[in-house]
Amino acid sequence: MSERKTILTGRSVVDGVAEAEALVTSQAISGFGGIDSDTGEVVEVRHELRGQSFKDKILVFPGAKGSSGWASHFQSTRLKGAAPAAMIFKVMTTKMALGAVVTRVPAVTDLDQDPLKVIKSGDWVKVDGTNGIVEVTHKS
Amino acid sequence: MQLTDMEKAILDGSEGDARAHAMDLLVRYGKALGAERLVDTNNVCGGFVGALPGRRDLLPPVPAGEERDMDAVYSLLNLDSDRRLEIPPVKAMTYRLIDAMDPDKAEIQRVSAESQQVSRDVGKFCGKVGINQCNTCTPYQIGNVPVMGEHCAWMESSAVIYINSVIGARTNVEGAHSASAAALVGKIPYWGYHTLEGRRGTHLIEIDYPVESMLEWGLLGYWIGEKVKNEVPVLTGIHSPPNPNKLKHFGAAAASSGGVEMYHIVGVTPEARSIEDAFRDNPVKDKLRFGKAELEEAYSWFSTATDRDVDFVVIGCPHASLEQVRLVAQLLDGKKLSPSSNLWIFTPKALKAMADRVGYTKAIEAAGAHLMSDSCSALSKVYPEGVKVAATDSCKQAHYLPAILKFQTWLGSTEQCVNAALTGKWSGGLESHKDAGKLVAPGALQ
Repeated sequence: MSERKTILTGRSVVDGVAEAEALVTSQAISGFGGIDSDTGEVVEVRHELRGQSFKDKILVFPGAKGSSGWASHFQSTRLKGAAPAAMIFKVMTTKMALGAVVTRVPAVTDLDQDPLKVIKSGDWVKVDGTNGIVEVTHKS
Repeated sequence: MQLTDMEKAILDGSEGDARAHAMDLLVRYGKALGAERLVDTNNVCGGFVGALPGRRDLLPPVPAGEERDMDAVYSLLNLDSDRRLEIPPVKAMTYRLIDAMDPDKAEIQRVSAESQQVSRDVGKFCGKVGINQCNTCTPYQIGNVPVMGEHCAWMESSAVIYINSVIGARTNVEGAHSASAAALVGKIPYWGYHTLEGRRGTHLIEIDYPVESMLEWGLLGYWIGEKVKNEVPVLTGIHSPPNPNKLKHFGAAAASSGGVEMYHIVGVTPEARSIEDAFRDNPVKDKLRFGKAELEEAYSWFSTATDRDVDFVVIGCPHASLEQVRLVAQLLDGKKLSPSSNLWIFTPKALKAMADRVGYTKAIEAAGAHLMSDSCSALSKVYPEGVKVAATDSCKQAHYLPAILKFQTWLGSTEQCVNAALTGKWSGGLESHKDAGKLVAPGALQ
């Protein structure tokens, strides 16, 4: 049985290559008050990912929201071993850019297809942050 | 990114390791944004987050009998460097935002001895490298007023939205690392609100209600933020011109609910002499109307409280102006707080000095309330023991208190909040808040 694959191309945000299982959300993520930096768990009360951790996963999301402490909270996830393996996002902001830089994981944006539609949680995803290429192996 | 010869030289180490690292961080950040170049800045406002709760567990341990190695702390937490760097004096004028405590009220704020020491260590470091300890979320209230068009690198969403919109200065919402790097090299990526295109309006908001009180201005901001998220609203139909207090609350609310970093009010703010001026050639993405129903809708989003026994009133988010301090002093003058309640009002240290001189502090403290500086309940996580139910006159504080400190929180006018602290009971609300204002007779303190 052949695996179904999709290739997306976009723009490099942070260099590097990583592959892991995807965790996808259609909702932006808050740093301050939005995540637990010890575990990588989303804690915001009304968030659809509440209780799920992005630790070692490919985090696919619209982008950052909330306080200017966003980058500090995501830097903390790296220092505590709870960072995502890579980030794929849609909306560029200063919080998002700085956060990706200090989390130091491969990151891409401006993809030629909507990553929130193409990628499903559980898909296996390879992110080439250096060249802005995302390879999705669909679970089913 | 296009770098100048001077920028390249700093990147290559011409001014030492710390400035080379700061430049490298700004270049990686600029590349991530898609910025084409950096721009000079001589106005940086940043948080020195080692002192705030939530990050303290990342501080390297201090060996017995030695001083905390603040260069190591700054290298790791503020510059994201794996290597300890010798931190030289800052190059840009740099101002510290909020601290974790009021050093003169540390006991009342119940700050642990260890946290007090961290705060003192950070303060000493600020002195060494030349960071001005304003310790307020409102630097623009105490003399840091940029000119129109000035490129700044500020953190603190309520301050960013104020100087972008009301003053016409240019800044994005920076983070701890970008502000700290900007302080060392006097540069920041030229992107977003630094560019004219990035400052154009996106949404037209037609105001169809006489928005007057500070509570109404706060609710208007909160409603707009919820609707436009992080885009640029343009307001028309303002009934009467706002004052700085109202715009301070309006912006803080819009930044909390939605992440708005810039707005225009036609005929009021400097880049909006007309609707056309505010949008320039940008298409209007959406047109929204704000009337009485929308005002009530916004108030209904603050429904975290059911218990009317208020044990804590918080005023001064963002930090109170002298006018707000004066109003609270007048409302409290000659009275006593309910034994079951507390009232803390937060203002910048410089304004506290003026309040001391004119007598507002005396009137406030004689009633059993506290005028505090340098800190904030939600961010510094300071509050009286055993608090369950809070009341505040700030949409921003009412947004954060239930989430961060888990207090049921009432939202009302300043008068209603002071009244709750005097009686220990909440009897405020949107309907009655304008009547509450009429009870205050302007005049000198007793």
